Amino acid sequence: MKPVKQMATSLRQFGLINRRVWAIALLLLVLVLVTVMSLGTGGAHIALGDVIVHIAHRIGIAGAGVDAFDGRILDTLRLPRILRAIVIGGGLGLAGAVMQSLFRNPIADPGIIGVSASAAFGAVAMIVSGHIILGSFYPTVGPYGVPVAAFAGAVVATAVIRILSRQDGQTDAAIMLLIGVAINAMAFAGVGVFTYMADDAQLRSLTFWQMGALAGNGPTDTPALIIMALGIAYLMTLGTPLNLFLLGEAEARHLGVEVEHLKRRATVATALVVGAAVAVSGIIGFVGLVAPHLVRLVTGPDNRYVLPASAICGAIMLTGADAVARIIVLPAELPIGLVTGIVGGPFFLGLLMREKKRRRL
Amino acid sequence: MSLVADQAGFIARGRHLLRNVSIAITPGEVLAVLGPNGAGKSTLLRVLAGEYPAASGTIRQNGQDISQIAALTLAQTRAVMPQAASMTFPFAVRDVIALGRAPFRKNSTRQFDQKLVAHAIRLADIDHLSDRAYPALSGGEKQRVHLARALVQVWGMNDPETIGRVDHDHHDRACRDRFLLLDEPTSGLDVSHQHALLDVARREAHQNNVGVLMILHDFNQVTAYADRVAVLSAGEIVAQGPVSDIMEPGLLSSVFKSPIRAIDDPAGGFVLVSQGG
Repeated sequence: MKPVKQMATSLRQFGLINRRVWAIALLLLVLVLVTVMSLGTGGAHIALGDVIVHIAHRIGIAGAGVDAFDGRILDTLRLPRILRAIVIGGGLGLAGAVMQSLFRNPIADPGIIGVSASAAFGAVAMIVSGHIILGSFYPTVGPYGVPVAAFAGAVVATAVIRILSRQDGQTDAAIMLLIGVAINAMAFAGVGVFTYMADDAQLRSLTFWQMGALAGNGPTDTPALIIMALGIAYLMTLGTPLNLFLLGEAEARHLGVEVEHLKRRATVATALVVGAAVAVSGIIGFVGLVAPHLVRLVTGPDNRYVLPASAICGAIMLTGADAVARIIVLPAELPIGLVTGIVGGPFFLGLLMREKKRRRL
Repeated sequence: MSLVADQAGFIARGRHLLRNVSIAITPGEVLAVLGPNGAGKSTLLRVLAGEYPAASGTIRQNGQDISQIAALTLAQTRAVMPQAASMTFPFAVRDVIALGRAPFRKNSTRQFDQKLVAHAIRLADIDHLSDRAYPALSGGEKQRVHLARALVQVWGMNDPETIGRVDHDHHDRACRDRFLLLDEPTSGLDVSHQHALLDVARREAHQNNVGVLMILHDFNQVTAYADRVAVLSAGEIVAQGPVSDIMEPGLLSSVFKSPIRAIDDPAGGFVLVSQGG
């Protein structure tokens, strides 16, 4: 009986490991599918076959590509936009998963605890008053000043929340959320003040912060996207330490985690990712909250799988939402923050109800 | 070599929670810490674990100041079983226990980890729970999970099934001294699991040469399972020594401010009984 039982146990463990790896592979496949479909959707409809031929042509497999007009749409409009969606969605999904582990709370998210709003506050402050603060330097640093200010806003917000919610070395989750709500309100008030002060030209670019958009600012986005990619790469390595962190800060220390180092680095890296995301595309809510939760339904709570899967899932969500945003009100497009809000809001409610049922809140 | 507190003090919010505490945990020995509520027992354990920095005095593990040892190195030689650990995310019990292997993830193998986890699950009697979600367990069940987690950590790279048979001279050279700190490990357990746990802890000390410290409240468990005992009161050690010297009614009655009597046990020895009123 005993060897049979042991064999069943090891088989089941083997199967489970496989299931998580399979889940990630499947998510990657879905991401590729969504990307290809999204390349085909929009004001000008391009058949899926043409999209695939064009990609094959670009990477040198197929000799002849699609006609010049479709090719130009794909290369200059849709592909950069979808790449932005993938990096930003991946960054937000991952940042959400990391924050949930860092705060040991399943409803932490850069949007809810005010990190995104603070980044937007930094960016808006720079847009409206940058020429006053930076003076004659503004024309040269201007485009890069906005991402830096967004990042600074995100770092300050995360640091303030962490410092204020700590007492005797413990972080009280309820207090942390409430502090986040207060910071969120203050940051949005700040955004409002600057919006009130803005002139017409500034107002146009400000509305974009409020609702999120993936249209981008051309080449000036590149540094922010590179920073995000680096931040994502670093956060991916934190799976095991964050698993230990879920046991509690003291327990993580007993198990060999340099807790203060981990918190500082993870906080800065998340703030970098969120700040850069906000700098490129404004506030896009709920991706950071929803992606990790969807992923945990399949992979379970192990961060070694949750982190990469959340990044991929976030990328899928944002790419899909972007495709919807582009076609739903043709010939105009809906701000993507509205799409994620419309889908994410009800999901968040459902999540709260589920947690309530389990009496975890 | 041992885990030593030398004149250690700890202050929180202006209050002295520990004052001039000197205590030594020796490999191969079970040290029980006894004392009224608020005496500073858990604080002492946390200071010894390196979780709280000592405000005065020093903590040395194997001769090295604990504040100078990297968390990972410390985790490879010392495991802590906490009083209670909350975890919102629904990890399976088996995975929670496997977290105890994290300090060795660079030099262990998956097979060896699984073998240790399976062994710890048997010792903690949680076979039937191993696939359940941790947050759904009762308090006592969670404690047994943390016992298993601390065991797989303190075993390190040694095989618990063979180590007891290795001769001690050889064993001493082969690995660093290891320590197991248990914070009120029996508080949520039923009687049979209390004895099972104390038995496991004692075996770790006597057979695997681990230095064990446990905070206990039951006098008779102290006399039955510990080798030495330290009595803590208001942040100071009021008595410490071999169990037979310290566990006598006069001293205990004055420390706990409650009359305690020793009654002859027909089965041999005596039992310590406290009476109300």
